[in-house]
Amino acid sequence: MDLNTALRELRLLDYLRLLWGDAPWVEPVLDLISIITVSTFCLLIVIFLIWLERKVIARMQDRIGPNRVGGKFGLLQTVADVLKLLTKEAITPVGADWVAYNLAPFLIVMTALLMWAVMPFAPTWIGVDLNIAVFYVLSISSVSVVCLLLAGWGSNNKYALLGAFRAVAQLVSYEVPMVLSLIVPIILARSMSLIGISEAQVLPFALLVPVSAVIFYISALAETGRTPFDLLEAESEIVAGFHVEYGGMKFGMFFLAEFISTLFMSSLFATIYLGGYRFVLGELFNPNYTTGNLAGILIFFIKTFLVYFVFIWIRATFPRIRIDQMLNFNWKFLVPWTLVLVLVVALLDRLVADSGWTVRTLAHLSSNIVIALIALGFARRRAAREKLFEEEFGVAEEIARPMILGSDGHDDHEHDHETHGQPAPAHD
Amino acid sequence: MLADWQYIGIFLAISPIFPAAPVLLQWLLGPKKPNSIKNSAYECGIETVGDTWIQFKVQYYIYALIFVVFDVEAVFLFPIAAAYGQLSLFAIGATALFIILLADGLAYAWAKGALEWI
Amino acid sequence: MQILFIIISAITLVSAVLVVSVRNLFHAALYMMLSFLGVAALYALLESGFMAATQLLVYIGAISILVIFAIMMTRRLMQTTESPFNSQWGMSGFVSASLFVLIGAIVLQVYPLDPAVAGGAPPAEELVTNTVNQLGVAFTSADQLVLPFELASVLLLVALVGSIIIARPDVEAEVEDES
Repeated sequence: MDLNTALRELRLLDYLRLLWGDAPWVEPVLDLISIITVSTFCLLIVIFLIWLERKVIARMQDRIGPNRVGGKFGLLQTVADVLKLLTKEAITPVGADWVAYNLAPFLIVMTALLMWAVMPFAPTWIGVDLNIAVFYVLSISSVSVVCLLLAGWGSNNKYALLGAFRAVAQLVSYEVPMVLSLIVPIILARSMSLIGISEAQVLPFALLVPVSAVIFYISALAETGRTPFDLLEAESEIVAGFHVEYGGMKFGMFFLAEFISTLFMSSLFATIYLGGYRFVLGELFNPNYTTGNLAGILIFFIKTFLVYFVFIWIRATFPRIRIDQMLNFNWKFLVPWTLVLVLVVALLDRLVADSGWTVRTLAHLSSNIVIALIALGFARRRAAREKLFEEEFGVAEEIARPMILGSDGHDDHEHDHETHGQPAPAHD
Repeated sequence: MLADWQYIGIFLAISPIFPAAPVLLQWLLGPKKPNSIKNSAYECGIETVGDTWIQFKVQYYIYALIFVVFDVEAVFLFPIAAAYGQLSLFAIGATALFIILLADGLAYAWAKGALEWI
Repeated sequence: MQILFIIISAITLVSAVLVVSVRNLFHAALYMMLSFLGVAALYALLESGFMAATQLLVYIGAISILVIFAIMMTRRLMQTTESPFNSQWGMSGFVSASLFVLIGAIVLQVYPLDPAVAGGAPPAEELVTNTVNQLGVAFTSADQLVLPFELASVLLLVALVGSIIIARPDVEAEVEDES
C-alpha cells in the first residue's frame, strides 16, 4: 500500500502502521493520533451544531436567526460567542464545594468524548471495535448522571440542587427504556459490537423493529435533556437547573457536552437502526457492492445529520412537559411496552430465525405494528378516562389524586419538601 | 483484547485536556475581580435563607430504587441477547420468566402507587 | 502492567479507607465512586470488559446515585461534625478483618500462588475468547447457571417489593407531619 492509495481510501493509520513496523511505541502513538482526531472533531463540530440549531429553529419559527457576524448567514456567530465566554471572569460561588464544583464540567465533557471511542464512522474508521460496545456506551453515559449531581451539589444553590435532583430522576428513569430497547437490535444482530450490528443489517433495523427505534429515540431525547424533556433546566421554574452557578467556560463545558452527546445519540441511532456507514440501496440492487471508507463516512454523516435534524425539529415543535407527566409516561407507558416488545421479539426471532430475510422482516414488522396499535389504544383509553374525570370534577386527575391520597395539593407540597425541608411554614 | 482497553485507557488519560484547555484559557484571559456580592449564591436577587443541603422527598429514592432493579436486570439480559444465536427454546423461556418476574415488580409498584409523583 | 496494577490498587484502597474516615458524607460517597472506578479499571486490566462496564453501569451509575439519594433523605445528617468512629468500631474492625482472612484463605485454596500446584486456574487462552457469549449461554443452560439466574430475578423482585413497603408509610407519615 503506497501513500496514494492510503489517502484515496482514507486509511492513513494503516499506512503509518506499515511504515513504522511493529515497534512497541507504534500502537500507542496511532491510538493517540486517532483519539486526538476524534476529540478535536467533536469539539469543533459543536461550533457548527450550535449555529445550525439556531438557524434551523429560527427558520422554523419564521425568524432569520444569526445574520450579522461572519457574512450573510452569521456563520461566525458561535465563534464570537465562544470568544465572549473566554473573556468572562471565573467565579466560584461562596460556600461551594470546590472539588465537586470544578470536577463536574470536566467529567461531563470526558464522558461525552469517551463514548465516541467505539463509534464506527466508516468500515475501517473506528477507535476500537469492542465486543461489548453498546454496553460500554450505556455504562459511560450512566456516569454522566453523577456529573449532574456533582454540579448541583457543589454549587451550594437551591435551584441547582433542585435541578440536579430532577435531572437525575429523569435520566435514571429514561435509562431503563433506553437500555431495554437496545436489547432488541442486539437480539436481531446477535452481537453487541457496533460493527457487528452494522454488518447484520441487510435491511435497516428501523424497518424491522420501528417500535424499538421510536422508544430509543424518545429516551435519547430525555437522556440528552432536549425538548420536550428539558425540564432539568426549565428557566421559568428553576432558572437554569444544575448549572445555574456556572459561568464562562465552565458553563460552556456543560453546553459542549450536551451537544456532543446529542450528536452521539444521533449517530448511535444511525448506526444501530439505520445501518450506519452502509448504503442499503446500493447493496439491494448490486449484491457485490461494498462501501469504501469515503462513501461510508459520507453516508454515516448524512444519516447522522438527518437524525440530528429531527432532534432540532422536535425542539422547535413541542412544548415542555411537567415532571409528573414525564415520569408517568416513562414508568407507566414506555417501560411496560418495552418489556412486552423485548419478550415478543425474543420469542418471534427464534421461530423465524431460519427463514430468510423477507419472512423475518415481515414477521417483526407486523408484530411491531400490532404492539404499537395496542399500546396507542391503551393510551387513548387512558386519555379519554382522564378527560371524563376532568369534565366531571372540573379538575385534572393528576392534580386531584394527591389530594385524595391525603396530601395538601401538588405544588405547595412539593415546594415545602424541596426548598425548605425542615420546619415548613404554616401556610394553610 | 488488551489493545482495546489500552486505547480506552489512553483516551481516559488524555481526555481531561480537552475541557481543561478552554477553562484554562478563560482563566488567563478573563478579569479577576471577585467581590462578596458577585460571589454570593444566585437566588433572584434576595438573600439565601437557610442551608442548601436539606432533606429531599422519598419519591426520588423510590424511582432510583426501581431503576437499580431494572439496571441489574439489563446487565443480565445483555449477554443473553448477545448469545441469542446459541440459545435453545428452553433458554428463551427462562429469560422470559426472568423478565416477567421483574415486570411483576413494576406492576406491584404501580398498584401500590409508588410510581405516583406527589 | 505491574506498575499500572499497583497504582490502580493503591487508588482503590486509599479511597476505600477515605470512604469510612471522611466526615463529609457527600465526599465519602465521591470516594466510594473513585474506589468503584478503581475496581472497574482492575477488571479492564484483566481483559474482562463486560465486568468493567457492569461495574460502571451498576455501581457508579446506579448504586452510588442511590446512596447519594439516601444521604439526601437523612435529615440534618449533612451538618454533622462528629467523629466517624462510634463505640462499636473495634468490634466491626475485628469482624471485617476476620472476613478478609476468610476470603483470602478461600481464594488461596482455589487459586494457589504457586502455579505448579494450581489445579483450579485454567490457562489464560481459554478465558479470553468471547466470555460475554459464554456468560449468556451459561445463564440460561439447565445444567449451568439457570437456577441462580432465576433466583437473582426473585431476589430483585423481593428487594423492590420490600423497599416499597418500607418506603411508602414514610410518605404518609411525613405528609401528616408537615401539614
